[in-house]
Amino acid sequence: MAVQEALVTRPVTVSVNGTERSAEVETRLLLAHFLRETLGLTGTHIGCDTTHCGACTVLLDGVPVKSCTVLAVQADGREITTVEGLTPAGGLHPIQEAFSAEHGLQCGFCTPGMMLTSVALLAENPDPTPEQIRWAISGNICRCTGYQNIVKAVQHAAATLKEAS
Amino acid sequence: MATAHEIRGLGHSVRRKEDDRFIRGKGNYVDDIVLPGMLHMELLRSPVAHARINSIDTSRAEALPGVVAVVTGELLAAHNLAWMPTLSADTQAVLATDKVRFQGQEIAAVIAETAYIAKDALELIDVDYELLPAVTTPQQALEEDAPLIRDDKEGQESNHIYHWEAGDEEATNRAFAEADRVVALDTFYPRCHPAPLECCGCVADVNPATGKATVYMTSQAPHVHRTLFALVAGLPEHQIRIVSPDIGGGFGNKVPVYPGYVIATAASLLLGRPVKWIEDRTGNLISTGFARDYHMHGELAFKGSKMTGLRVKMLSDNGAFFSDAQPTKFKAGLFHIVTGSYDIPAAHVVTDGAYTNKAPGGVAYRCSFRVTEASYMIERLVQTAAYELGVDPVELRMENFIQPEQFPYESATGFLYDSGDYPAAMRLALERLGYDELRKEQAAAREEGRLLGIGVAFFTEVVGAGHGDEYAIAGLRMFDSAELRVHPTGKAILKLGVRSQGQGHETTFGQIIAQELGIPYEDVEVQEGDTDNTPYGLGTYASRSTPVAGAAAAMISRELREKARKIAAHLLEASEEDLEWEPGRFYVKGSPDKAATIQDVAFAAYTNIPEGLQAGLEGVHYYDPPNMTFPYGAYSVVVEIDRGTGAWKVLRVVAVDDCGVRINPMIVEGQIMGGLTEGFGIAAMELITFDDDGNCIGSTFMDYLLPTAWETPEFELDATQVPSPHHPLGAKGVGESATVGSPAAYVNAVIDALAHAGVRNIDMPVTSDKVWQALAEVGLAE
Repeated sequence: MAVQEALVTRPVTVSVNGTERSAEVETRLLLAHFLRETLGLTGTHIGCDTTHCGACTVLLDGVPVKSCTVLAVQADGREITTVEGLTPAGGLHPIQEAFSAEHGLQCGFCTPGMMLTSVALLAENPDPTPEQIRWAISGNICRCTGYQNIVKAVQHAAATLKEAS
Repeated sequence: MATAHEIRGLGHSVRRKEDDRFIRGKGNYVDDIVLPGMLHMELLRSPVAHARINSIDTSRAEALPGVVAVVTGELLAAHNLAWMPTLSADTQAVLATDKVRFQGQEIAAVIAETAYIAKDALELIDVDYELLPAVTTPQQALEEDAPLIRDDKEGQESNHIYHWEAGDEEATNRAFAEADRVVALDTFYPRCHPAPLECCGCVADVNPATGKATVYMTSQAPHVHRTLFALVAGLPEHQIRIVSPDIGGGFGNKVPVYPGYVIATAASLLLGRPVKWIEDRTGNLISTGFARDYHMHGELAFKGSKMTGLRVKMLSDNGAFFSDAQPTKFKAGLFHIVTGSYDIPAAHVVTDGAYTNKAPGGVAYRCSFRVTEASYMIERLVQTAAYELGVDPVELRMENFIQPEQFPYESATGFLYDSGDYPAAMRLALERLGYDELRKEQAAAREEGRLLGIGVAFFTEVVGAGHGDEYAIAGLRMFDSAELRVHPTGKAILKLGVRSQGQGHETTFGQIIAQELGIPYEDVEVQEGDTDNTPYGLGTYASRSTPVAGAAAAMISRELREKARKIAAHLLEASEEDLEWEPGRFYVKGSPDKAATIQDVAFAAYTNIPEGLQAGLEGVHYYDPPNMTFPYGAYSVVVEIDRGTGAWKVLRVVAVDDCGVRINPMIVEGQIMGGLTEGFGIAAMELITFDDDGNCIGSTFMDYLLPTAWETPEFELDATQVPSPHHPLGAKGVGESATVGSPAAYVNAVIDALAHAGVRNIDMPVTSDKVWQALAEVGLAE
């Protein structure tokens, strides 16, 4: 029966935030659970189970994915960035700084996914218009802020990154 | 010496203290908590809305490796836990024993070594249901031959729950008899759901040695929940510790006690191991506190264009259990604020509640106890009246506003409005909007065949419950509390009975202490959510944290300042009367250099105390507000409707709010923008509905639509500030203003675009297909 078939396991090795991590996992294990429970990286949140809310967004080889709809085994041999990997030693990433400065977060639950989606946007388009930002983050739901300050935060981070480069 | 600016008291948009952990992914939400030996619980929910349970066979589930226990209602009944009291003095099944009464009702719980195994085991539980006809509307529920939903309740012979009235029926009848015009509106405020991004959940940890139950849970009201747990479980309160960690949004959804919390706690007690239960999104949408579901009929009586009477009749769909979160004596919450911002001499409100085979709840989705429904009713009705009377909607409001000199104003339904200047807020909104110019643009656009709509809504909220004589939940008076401990170094810890879910208490409350006691806000650590560690409070909902706990924080600061004055007099060898206070220090009148800072005083409180005074600089204040506060605002929305599809686009939103004195304007504006977005979602897309068999449509985010950044409009905000005269800081509360006020503004805008063709109402959510239907009916569709 289905329940028993699910219990097949496979070894998985991924580079998470620059560190290689290996584990033997059930093939059905979701990447979101692998990160949160197997690796203890609880900054990645789960909000909907159906790929709508984006709270579980992480970067897979630099591309934002909703980790509740990726199996851990699909990440084998690839690079993952979570919110924990965004924070440089002794400081903040410009996007983190900008979210706080512009009051782009309230309860904080959507924030890690929202920031990672924004980082991916800025890597591709260093000077996005508000409309481009709204489109880019439209797969990430925020229930608290009304998005306006998130848009400002992404613009703020874009300006900081431009200055630094 | 610290300046008022440096201590960051009232009026400063300082960055939030709580941000640091959230932007690093270091928040501590309930699902992040892992305890040694922890088990995982998943709930089996009913696939049908109404059925008798003939049998539940759990044997196959129990046999699955990794399953530790399967809990059914029968097992709970043996411990007298199969039913629990609700916040509205009804009962609710924890796990169904006799019947299921709504789709999604909790039937059984599997406790296993992992959540995956627990979910597997749910599929192995065999339940034999005998289907019963489902009742899905309150109208159906109150028919003579309707199936009886609550046959568990002795003496309950129909699906009628309550009848509730407010106001003066006779005076209202007289006003209507003498009226020269009556305008009516039927409208339905559909069922929607707060849907915080984090679902509900808990980790229950009953220590087998001490018997103490520690429950980490998503709770907006941890102290109330501890008391309810004590009542349900028959345990003394010191044996129960509720810890509400970081909460990923609440909006009212995390006020009630849900079966999952109770079952997890019972399971931990029975198994001697911690048990984690994390609800999935479908469980959240189909079983936890929904909002609204009010069928409303309103009538306004006029003499000329002056409102003389208001009559409202409502039918409330409460679902299978009456578990509304509201003060006990108000069965329809504070709906009787429905006279709104207008000087209406007579009003009468009648509400009847009915059981249906739908999820229970009736929580306020970011609203103070049904104030949203009231605000929507009056603002839609006034807009309708403007078209019927042929008066500009703004003029009609201006003419009927309660005037500034009428405050304090007693409304026809018994509220004492504390303060306000409605015309000033309205004028500011019109100015920001360019109202007159827009009306001209609208007329010109109509000539070209384009449909622009300008919607206005002017709301008055009633928030900050109590006073305790009037407002109590389960007998608990609606006070709130603050305990302040100033340490010898002059740093402080402030402990509160409320619990932030994103509102920024750690910052705002620090600013209150900074303002009142002169301790820089960075030096104040705010603690909330742990019942072992904070004074009793009623919790955070109904926009009550700043009006009630904020007042408590100000009052305890003032009490400690009086003690500090005595210590400062001792240090400065002066009499108390000769000391002047300025933020952060006392100085001798006429000798500003002869001063003792609050830090000097704090150190002396532990090292050099004057004779006759107790050591320390600590205290607790319980604040029972003398009245509610009455925030208000003018919201205006401009839309354009696509005649080919019925889609409507928001072109502008101008929101003027008066929430009194603003402690942290940045946080206040954040609250308003969030509320304007949730209000937009409710007006445009959010809907929990049911088919005739009681199947919930809206059980995932695929069907329950939430606004994303793409649809959400830009907001233009402004403020007037009339302080509340009875609040120590002049603050009124703001968290819910925009959700309360804005749905009517969005809908009024859409109707305004169509009003010239005779369209008067489209019920929310105002989806493009409904608008297209309306366009087609009046010959405007393309």
